[in-house]
Amino acid sequence: MSEIIRLRKGLDIRLLGNPEPKTLQTGAADSYALCPDDFTGVKPKVVVKEQQKVKAGEALFIDKNHPEVKFVSPVSGTVAAVNRGDRRKVMSVSVTPDATQEYVEFGVKSVQSLSGREVLSALLDSGLFGFFRQRPYDVIASPEDTPRGIFVSAFDSKPLAPDFEYVLKGNELDFQTGLSALSKIAHTTLGISASQTSDALVYAKNVDVYAFKGAHPAGNVGVQINHIKPVNKGEIVWTIDPETVIFIGRLFNNGRVDMTRLIAVAGSEVNDPSYSKVVIGAKLSSILKGRVANLATDRIINGNVLTGTRSSLEGYLGAFSNMVTVIPEGSNVNEFMGWIMPRFGTYSVSRTFFSWLSGIFCPNKKYVIDSRIKGSERHMIMSGEYDRVFPMDIYPEYLIKAIITGNIDKMEAYGIYEVAPEDFALCEFVDSSKLELQRIVREGLDNLRAEMA
Amino acid sequence: MNLRNWLDSIRPNFDEGGKLHAFRSVYEGFESFLYVPNATSKCGTNIHDAFDSKRMMIMVVIALCPAMLFGMYNVGYQHYIAANLEVSFWPVFGYGFLAVLPRIIVSYLVGLAIEFTVAQWKHEEIQEGYLVSGFIIPMIVPATCPLWILAIAVAFSVIIAKEIFGGTGMNFLNVALITRAFIFFAYPSVITGETVWVVDHAICGLGANIDGLTAATALGTASTTAAVPAFSMNMVWGFIPGSVGETSVIAIALGALLLLYTGIASWKTMLSVFAGGILMALVFNTWGPDNAMAQMPWYEHICLGGFCFGAVFMATDPVTSARTEAGKWIYGLLIGVMAITIRVMNPGYPEGMMLAILLMNCFAPLIDWCVVQRNVNKRAKRINK
Repeated sequence: MSEIIRLRKGLDIRLLGNPEPKTLQTGAADSYALCPDDFTGVKPKVVVKEQQKVKAGEALFIDKNHPEVKFVSPVSGTVAAVNRGDRRKVMSVSVTPDATQEYVEFGVKSVQSLSGREVLSALLDSGLFGFFRQRPYDVIASPEDTPRGIFVSAFDSKPLAPDFEYVLKGNELDFQTGLSALSKIAHTTLGISASQTSDALVYAKNVDVYAFKGAHPAGNVGVQINHIKPVNKGEIVWTIDPETVIFIGRLFNNGRVDMTRLIAVAGSEVNDPSYSKVVIGAKLSSILKGRVANLATDRIINGNVLTGTRSSLEGYLGAFSNMVTVIPEGSNVNEFMGWIMPRFGTYSVSRTFFSWLSGIFCPNKKYVIDSRIKGSERHMIMSGEYDRVFPMDIYPEYLIKAIITGNIDKMEAYGIYEVAPEDFALCEFVDSSKLELQRIVREGLDNLRAEMA
Repeated sequence: MNLRNWLDSIRPNFDEGGKLHAFRSVYEGFESFLYVPNATSKCGTNIHDAFDSKRMMIMVVIALCPAMLFGMYNVGYQHYIAANLEVSFWPVFGYGFLAVLPRIIVSYLVGLAIEFTVAQWKHEEIQEGYLVSGFIIPMIVPATCPLWILAIAVAFSVIIAKEIFGGTGMNFLNVALITRAFIFFAYPSVITGETVWVVDHAICGLGANIDGLTAATALGTASTTAAVPAFSMNMVWGFIPGSVGETSVIAIALGALLLLYTGIASWKTMLSVFAGGILMALVFNTWGPDNAMAQMPWYEHICLGGFCFGAVFMATDPVTSARTEAGKWIYGLLIGVMAITIRVMNPGYPEGMMLAILLMNCFAPLIDWCVVQRNVNKRAKRINK
């Protein structure tokens, strides 16, 4: 049995709209797209032309700095458009799918007989390498690096997130093949939740398994790395989502890139929150069709409420999104004298509201939370707010201040190499000064990376 | 037309180019006072906790209310005792209310005027930090403090202690205490001695004019007469002369309960201030010099002067106190120790809480630096392994 690491800090936000463990049928999307912005740190170079035919697994764009890193079409079809934004920045490459899907055949391979180099080149060829992220900097990994290790977190503790054990059902073989492939590249560690019992996780082979117990962000891979073996200056570790590990398994077992993923469609504004089987890059309108009542006043989030991005029916399921969330936007809500009113139905971790009482007397009460910031930005006033939800051996306040002041030496000393913006998402949620912490951390990481290059 | 629509309809006047643009900060201040801002998140987390700095500040003001109300009553009570008049509850409270109210008004008028001006000038929003400071200031000065001195002191502290550093959250010294310190050093006669603690004249027909009134605080008595004043329950209830809000341990305790329960004040800081004070009082009882202050029992030290008020409302100010959890223990402990040390060792002035807190405000960043540096060293050691 694996070692259990208990985390005392953290917070499970009691948000309404948890997905039920059942899969609803989703109609096929009429458009798929890959957005380069999902792949942080990549400079995209589009390698297809509009109206060109592509198969599933054929490159749509590559990274200018590492041309061997490809980003491939999730479906076969015709390239519909290369959408560009300001200064001709590539926003997305969209593909209209064929009725019958054709795949690039990469050939079935036995992972056991492959070397690390062969596994790596198979991942590069198939475009799955683009799903590896690295610490430091939380950017897409570079194939030239030799990582100290690869970390996979097999549970997502973010609000309303899909239950990976449910997602894993039927994919156990592919998952294990994926893990075995990773272990050929570097020493691989799997972080599981103490409540997970699936044999494919608890008794996963070729990897070290650690179990974590505690509230969010226990499922964040960065937190797990910090507790297992923190990243030091000069070291590189790679991280990858468990859903992508299944993709890797399929590549070796079936010889194809099959980016079909079971995602959660959740949130207080979704009728019947549950799971849907979709291919990444699918247009969100196909996923949400008939499942949201008040589109005009809702916010559609590509991903979860903490780290996901605001989207619309015209948006596309992000390459790393394992869920779509719909919550009220709230811009039409005017709360009178909110600073003094009791505000019974309002969720807060602070005891200045009554929701903490309901947390004691009816801990199952869930709240509808809209997207209002509910305050204005201030300098940091309260102390220790971040610490309570930041279970890493780092002083988050001091790291943030070092980033704001652009002090590279202090950023390093305070542990910026170990963090990703997502680790600060809960801090941003609870912050009474309403600072945009994830943006600050992202900018800090980008500056540091530019400085070190 | 409801209030919300009316606010929206007058907004264009305050925008860039509008005829009332010079009052933009005032408009925004009042708008966010009336309604929770309904701006939605643009980046980062899509949801936010409902707790913001306005709610935090107002909780502190609510926590201060028992001490303020009791303080008003006590101002009247001390006056009528001195005047040898017996009256019912309401005239006593009314007298104190009328004595203290002008100080509250002056404190807020001067402080907020500066805040609004700075906000307008820097194109920023009004920051609500002064809501608390402005309420505390009338509570930590005698009820006789002249209004013009109070106004100068408030202006000095808001500008020099806060705004030049960047406003609420950037100051390293407690604004309210700097106001008091300014009066203490610039106009010592209005905040020390035996004639300032009880109001000696009639206000709006209430009370009476008393000639040659003197009333010393208990700490003042101890330092001048070299005799420890006998402990009485009045010291706990607060029916003794002193600054407006500092006398009642009970009223301050009510505020402390709210602050601790809502988690706005750190229990670590609060507890360690008391621990430091008690410890130092016991040390002086055993080994101290031969004077009344050193012989004063620890519970009397705690009840008298501004010790409780400082421990509960000033030491715990999150901006100027230590910000690391370990640092809070050290910071609080040293405040308690310093406050009693100053009381005992300083012959000039019988109170030490203000100077102790201001001194530790200066050292709080150093304490935090040491705590954070341990983490930094640990990280550096990891690489060298």
